[in-house]
Amino acid sequence: MRHLLSAEDLSYDEAILVLDTAKELAQLSGRSVKKFPTLRGRTVVNLFYEDSTRTRTSFELAAKRLSADVINFSAKGSSVTKGEGLKDSALTLQAMGADGVVIRHSASGAAHRLANWVDGAVVNAGDGTHEHPTQALLDAFTMRERMGDLAGLRVTIVGDVLHSRVARSNVVLLHTLGAEVTLVAPPTLVPVSVHTWPCAVSYRLDDVLPKTDVVMMLRVQAERMKDAFFPTAREYSRRYGLDRERFAKLPSDAIVMHPGPMIRGMEISAEVADSPRSTITEQVTNGLSVRMAVLYLLLGGSESALRNQEAQG
Amino acid sequence: MCANKYANSDADARSEDAPPRADLEGTRAVLEDLEISRALTRIAHEVLERTKGGEGVTMLGIPTRGVPLARRLAERIERVEDRHVPWGSLDITMYRDDLRLAPARALGRTDIPADGIDDRVVVIVDDVLFSGRSVRAALDALNDLGRPRAVQLATLVDRGHRQLPIRADYVGKNLPTSLRENVTVLLDELDGRDAVLVGPAKPRTVSEGDR
Repeated sequence: MRHLLSAEDLSYDEAILVLDTAKELAQLSGRSVKKFPTLRGRTVVNLFYEDSTRTRTSFELAAKRLSADVINFSAKGSSVTKGEGLKDSALTLQAMGADGVVIRHSASGAAHRLANWVDGAVVNAGDGTHEHPTQALLDAFTMRERMGDLAGLRVTIVGDVLHSRVARSNVVLLHTLGAEVTLVAPPTLVPVSVHTWPCAVSYRLDDVLPKTDVVMMLRVQAERMKDAFFPTAREYSRRYGLDRERFAKLPSDAIVMHPGPMIRGMEISAEVADSPRSTITEQVTNGLSVRMAVLYLLLGGSESALRNQEAQG
Repeated sequence: MCANKYANSDADARSEDAPPRADLEGTRAVLEDLEISRALTRIAHEVLERTKGGEGVTMLGIPTRGVPLARRLAERIERVEDRHVPWGSLDITMYRDDLRLAPARALGRTDIPADGIDDRVVVIVDDVLFSGRSVRAALDALNDLGRPRAVQLATLVDRGHRQLPIRADYVGKNLPTSLRENVTVLLDELDGRDAVLVGPAKPRTVSEGDR
């Protein structure tokens, strides 16, 4: 059984297959009966070691729309607080016969480890600061809906790149799809290994904005900030926040994205966040279609339709 | 509206379904373009007769090759009766009962005309009627989309070997076949020519078996 652990697992053709499938599914979400019998009898477990109501709900609804049985397994109040490790939780799920496991974990690589312990398909819903492939897919889907073909699209990702799995997955996937990515962040929030990523890096947002088709603001991840990465929130906001003046520097058809939850006034001004060129609520809607597509392609047949990926590690 | 959409996107997206030329060796044509054209004209007239002038009729083709057939039937009825007949496509992939037998397949396009299907006479159109399982899936899919006044079935070829109690209302040609034979429908919109070919079956995936 194959998995979706990283945006790197997806070839160009597979990424397009996911996006095309999601497009068909999005079109069907307007009808009165939104449910399909496709995954009837299959069990999907949402294994969430970190709180994430919106991602978990999105996966839960996606699985339910495909008629799968869904079990939510969150760390709080489960055996994890009693000291059970990931492997034993995995073996329990295995014994219950889970066909698919959606995992969110604070440790990078947790999804890869899990993939070795269970037979079911594993979907990485965010592992530490490493990857969040379905978020990247839904971002790519949103860009495709708004801007058309991604080839040659200039995408600027702004903010806390160091702690952001969203940034990493997006860089990889957007590169696969032919977009040009520029990361903009304070020097302290750029990962050391960034030179190996297929993207450009800049520290000055104002220089990059006029040459940008899509600007993606990242969340400043307060919960992962173990050191002082920038002096004050006010200074961060002044240099990297997207306010009305900066917004005006963008080409007139450029769009603004944010994976949410956003800190209004710091990362992005309320005015920009609510503008018609912001896709923030669309991204949530699209997330559902993309996750349905991923679950369908991984679990809908005798084997995954995403074939060139193996569990690693 | 549907016509353009189909011509641009669906035909391209589905072109990989066109059988490669080498596949067609050893086959014989049982219907050529003129015969197909005549069969569709006859079906169009039968639809008009049974539905008393085609009022409230919506044609829904099952992708891939049911869709151009649905469009052609709708156009023929329009020509005869000067009445607009909405047509669209109804993808049944998510409703198939053989999903577990093969890798998950790409979804086709579902494109329901703006009027919807409530209280309409929906004619499901497919190229080949075989086991009947595709039609069963189509009935399930329709059920989730609305409540038609009646559902009818039109097929270009009925090759027999039904596995479910399903019968077509309109048949272009009854084609007795053996289970070891393969029936291939080629349509101008997708394959560059119209023909129905019968030939010895090649090793194939289970999922194709019911088309």
